[in-house]
Amino acid sequence: MSEKKGTASGLTKAGTGIDGFDEITGGGLPQGRPTLVIGGPGSGKTLFAMEFLVKGAIEYGEPGVFISFEESEADLIKNVASLGFDLRKLVEKKLFMIDHIQIEASEVIETGEYDLEALFVRLGYAIDSIGAKRVAIDTIESVFSSFRNDLVLRSELRRLFRFLKERGITAVITGEKGEAALTRNGLEEYVSDAVILLDNRVINNLSTRRLRVLKYRGSAHGSNEYPFLIDDTGFSVLPITSIGLTAEASDERISTGIEGLDAMFEGVGFYKGTTIMVSGSAGTGKSSIAAEFALRACRDGKKVLYYAFEESPSQIKRNMRSIGLDLQTCVDDGKLMIYADRPSIYGLETHLVTFHKLITGFNPEVVVIDPISGLTAIGDDLEVKTMLVRLIDYLKMRGTTSMFTSLMNSDEKRKEDDTLMSSIIDTWIQLSIVDAGAERTKKLRIIKSRGMNHSACQTEVLLTSNGVKLVASDDIIPPSDKYGRGGA
Amino acid sequence: MIEPEFELKLYIAGSTPKSIAAIANLRRICEENLKGRYTIEVIDLMKNPHLAKRDQIVAIPTLVRRLPEPLKKIIGDLSNEEKVLIGLEIERKG
Repeated sequence: MSEKKGTASGLTKAGTGIDGFDEITGGGLPQGRPTLVIGGPGSGKTLFAMEFLVKGAIEYGEPGVFISFEESEADLIKNVASLGFDLRKLVEKKLFMIDHIQIEASEVIETGEYDLEALFVRLGYAIDSIGAKRVAIDTIESVFSSFRNDLVLRSELRRLFRFLKERGITAVITGEKGEAALTRNGLEEYVSDAVILLDNRVINNLSTRRLRVLKYRGSAHGSNEYPFLIDDTGFSVLPITSIGLTAEASDERISTGIEGLDAMFEGVGFYKGTTIMVSGSAGTGKSSIAAEFALRACRDGKKVLYYAFEESPSQIKRNMRSIGLDLQTCVDDGKLMIYADRPSIYGLETHLVTFHKLITGFNPEVVVIDPISGLTAIGDDLEVKTMLVRLIDYLKMRGTTSMFTSLMNSDEKRKEDDTLMSSIIDTWIQLSIVDAGAERTKKLRIIKSRGMNHSACQTEVLLTSNGVKLVASDDIIPPSDKYGRGGA
Repeated sequence: MIEPEFELKLYIAGSTPKSIAAIANLRRICEENLKGRYTIEVIDLMKNPHLAKRDQIVAIPTLVRRLPEPLKKIIGDLSNEEKVLIGLEIERKG
C-alpha cells in the first residue's frame, strides 16, 4: 500500500461528521469519489455508511441516498432512530432516500445476456430526485450471490464506480472482509481512492473495535489502528494519535496542593500541561496525593476530571473526608467531576473513548486517573502503552495537566511497566513504605521532573485529619545543596 | 372475454440490442406456446424509472410472470427458449 505524505493539490474532502474520523483523515473522505469500507459481520460498516449520510445531510446540508442490499427501509429507520436520528424527517425534507434492493437468488433464472442497468436507473433516479451529493451502498457484494455471470458483474461494478465518479458523488461502498483478498469479491480492485478497514476482535475476552485507513490516495493519513466505539450516539473514533509532539510548553505553574510538595518543586509546583505519575505500593497514599492536587486545582478555579478505577465516587469522597478533604463542595460547585468505572467491564478503547468524550464534554484543565494501572491491566502491555501515549499526547495538546497514580507491585513485570511509562511522563513521584522498627513510615521521592530543579530528598508522608503533610527528614534541602540534583 | 392465464411484464431500459432481442424472443415463445392465453406489457425504465424500485428490478432485461402466482423472474435476453419455458412453467407445444 503506497502512502504519500502531504496533501496533493486539489484534493478536497467531504466531512463525515463522525466523531474523530475527520481528524484522523484530515477532513473526511475524498470528495466526489468512492471510498471502500471493509469489515466482517457486525463490524459497524452499515452504521459508518449511515452516519456518513445522516451527518452529511444534517451538518453539511448534502442530500444522501442509501442503497441497501440487506436491511429493509423500515429496519434501517428503526436502527438509526436508536441513535437519535429521525430518518423519516430527513426523507420528508428530501435530504435522504433509501432504496432497499431485494434480490433473491432462488427465484431468478438467467437466460442469455443481461446487465444491471436497472440498478443504475434506480440509483440515478434516487440521486436526481433529491439532488444527492452522497451515496452509500451497503453492501454491493450481495449481487455476487444473486447473479451468476461473474464477468457481467465485474464490468458492471467498474461501471458503477465510474458512474458515481462522473456524477461527482462522494460515496461509501461497504464490502465484506475476505479471507485471501481484502474483500470477498475483490472490490478493492475498483476503488482506488480510499480504503478503510473496520475490525471487531476479541482480545482478553473483551470485544475491541478498531479502524484503520489502509489507503488514502493523495492524502496523508495515520497508518495506525484507531480504537472506535459504537454507542447510543453513534460511531466515534478515538483520534488521539494524530497529534504528535506539537504541544506548546507552558511556563505556567500549578500547585501540587501540598505545601511541602510544592517546596520540592522549586517552591511552586508542577508545570502546567505536564504529566505527573505518582507510583507506589498499596496504602502509600497515592490517592490522597491525587485528591489534594485535584482539590487545590478546584479551589484555584480550575475544572478537574477525576477518573477512578477502583472506588465509587462516594467511596472516594468518604475516604478523602477522613483526611479532611472535602471533595463534595467542589462537585457541587461544578468544578470537580468524579467518574468511576470498573476497568475490566469494557475493552480499552471503550475506556479511552469514554475518557475522550468526558474531556471534550467537561473540558477540564486538570485530569486525574486513579489508578492508571487500572488501564494497564487490560490488554497487552505494548498496546496499553501505545494507547496511553496517545492519551497523554492528547492531554498535552490541550494543555491539560494530568496526574496518574500507579500501583507498584513488587514483581519485576510491573516495575518494567513503570519504566516504560517513565519515558512518556514529565514528573515521577515515587511513594514507598519503610519499616523502621515497629513503625511503618511512608516516604516520598521525586524520581524525575523535566525542566526543573527539583528536590532529590526523600521526605516522609503523613496522612493527617488535615490532609497530606510532608515532613522533611532534615528539612527540605534546596536543590543547590549537596543532595540537590538538577532535573533534565 | 376471459382473463388471460399468463400476465407477463418485460422490463427494459431503452432500445438496446438486448432489450430488442428479449422482446422478439418473448413474443415468439408466447405465440408458439401460449397463443391466446397471455398478455405482455413492456416497461421501459428509462421512461418510468420509479418502477424499478417499486417492482424490485435490478437486471435488464427482466421478465416477470405476474400471473399465475407465484411470481417468477427470468433475466437475460430470453435467447434460450428451453430455459424460458421452464422458468415460466409452460409445457412445450408439439
